[in-house]
Amino acid sequence: MTATLTTPAGTATGTPRTRRRPAARRRSNLLTLGMLALLVYFLFPLFWLTIAATKTTGDLFSTFGLWFGHDFALLANIRETFTRNDGQYARWMLNTLGYAVVSSVGAASLATFAGYGFARYTFRGRGALLGLVLGTIMVPTTALAIPTYLLFSKVSLVNTPWAIILPSLVSPFGLFLMWVYARDAVSDSILEAARIDGAGELAIFFRVTLRSLMPGFVTVLLFTLVATWNNYFLPLIMLNDPRYYPVTVGLSSWSAQAVGGSGSNADLLACVVTGSLLSVLPLVAAFLLLQRYWQSGLSAGAVKE
Amino acid sequence: MSTSTATIAVAPPRRRSRTGNSGYLFIVPFLVFFLLFFLLPLAYAGYLSLFKDQLVGGTVFAGLDNYTRALGDEQLLGGVLRVALFFVLQVPVMLLISVVAALAIDSGLLRFVRVFRLGIFIPYAVPSVVATLMWGYLYGPDFGPLAQLGDRLGFSAPDLLSDTLMLPALGNVVTWEFAGYNMIILYAALRTVPTERYEAAAVDGAGPLRIAWNIKIPALRPALLLCLMFSIIGSFQLFAEPNLIQRLAPNVINSAYTPNVYAYSLAFTSQEVNYAAAVSFLLGLVIVAVSYVVLFLAGRGARR
Repeated sequence: MTATLTTPAGTATGTPRTRRRPAARRRSNLLTLGMLALLVYFLFPLFWLTIAATKTTGDLFSTFGLWFGHDFALLANIRETFTRNDGQYARWMLNTLGYAVVSSVGAASLATFAGYGFARYTFRGRGALLGLVLGTIMVPTTALAIPTYLLFSKVSLVNTPWAIILPSLVSPFGLFLMWVYARDAVSDSILEAARIDGAGELAIFFRVTLRSLMPGFVTVLLFTLVATWNNYFLPLIMLNDPRYYPVTVGLSSWSAQAVGGSGSNADLLACVVTGSLLSVLPLVAAFLLLQRYWQSGLSAGAVKE
Repeated sequence: MSTSTATIAVAPPRRRSRTGNSGYLFIVPFLVFFLLFFLLPLAYAGYLSLFKDQLVGGTVFAGLDNYTRALGDEQLLGGVLRVALFFVLQVPVMLLISVVAALAIDSGLLRFVRVFRLGIFIPYAVPSVVATLMWGYLYGPDFGPLAQLGDRLGFSAPDLLSDTLMLPALGNVVTWEFAGYNMIILYAALRTVPTERYEAAAVDGAGPLRIAWNIKIPALRPALLLCLMFSIIGSFQLFAEPNLIQRLAPNVINSAYTPNVYAYSLAFTSQEVNYAAAVSFLLGLVIVAVSYVVLFLAGRGARR
């Protein structure tokens, strides 16, 4: 196999190259098949979830999991999911959206601002402050969650949306990414030229620098968006009023009721399954639309370090 | 006099001093939030961890009692050992999948590269709660496809939620969630290798497998280290997956299954707030320490 592959690769080097990779290389069916098996593994649970969302709770138990049941109940399930308990699910989705958008925009802005400040200015205490922040990158968010809960319950911030948003605004890793990014993406000569023109530092930032920092900003935005969207531990301990639940904690509470699964909760299982599917769609859509950013930017830290 | 000294003092380092103040302008917003919602909670928890509740006398200063208790707490130790075992079992498998997938996607030998890249990455967009619910149902005896297949074909499917298989079952969920994410990090690192190096190797007659082994895998080192760091942090703070599977297998996953599950039950079920603070604190410390030890060892390995 190696031998047959070597020749086309060898000849391809002779041709003028416009793209990064030699274009004339032969594709490998064997490799494609092997990777297909991997792809099936990664998509199979989502396939199951999609099928399951079209079933009644009865069909979930009585028909084979990997194919459709007797009734196609998707629309009925969606309606039931959204109308159950006075539209509780819609409220959870909106909460998640709100928490995720506010947190990610805030965290990315703070990190971009500070990353640029650390990368492009010299001032007293810079090294020490930067070292302090970067030294905390390894501190896991869940080890911080209970301490934050204890502090917030002291100042009556628990069981409010702020309990979710405020801790999510601080991203030492985001700062690290933006610091690395700002060191490379912003050229000194442009800053110098703008200063000679008499522009203030803030004006320079918003008119000149921000544009070149944008890809880094979007990367950190995506990171924190996913982290807040998927967050479970923090909201679980901070909130006890279901009105403030994000969709993760909401689905978890529904599934806990469904496990008991009798009487009035008999049809809840279909709602858990359908709600799970619906909760995944917005982020999947976001990743499809923003492919350029997560593919190039997700690993900025890995590459540069 | 003041004017003359001012002009002299200001003239040479003018630009520097002017931009100097602006530097603070940019970093202060971040630092304020960092102080209030990162350092302050840690400090407060550290303070609380020095006290304990007593039946007689209420909350009293206890020095390091909570910490000595934690170090001798078999439940906590058991949890730490369990996540350490989880780390040793799960992370190599996951990173192997990630490396192979990244190499395959980068090889130029694959058809439909975009489909693979996106499809393998997609689980990262699925909340761990949803991922665990899904896999939990798939594992389950009621309507899991595996159990159903077993029923039809007349064999009894292994109980994936049993004591012996629980750790691999959890490992599978975590692998499913994060292999694609690590793949993207590794793939991006591969793309920074200058093509000239591949071309030179190809001229020398090296095939894709040799190129992968001799050039690409060494180039992955820093990115792999980053993935390893994320995995250490992820393994040791395992919570959502065991917390949700607990309902399906309450006899297998106890309230101290992982250190975080334990800290949660300490704080919210048994109301031992001060001790929970000490446990959180210790857990954070262990993770930071393990991370730096791994970084240090990897750095030494690189120099050798």
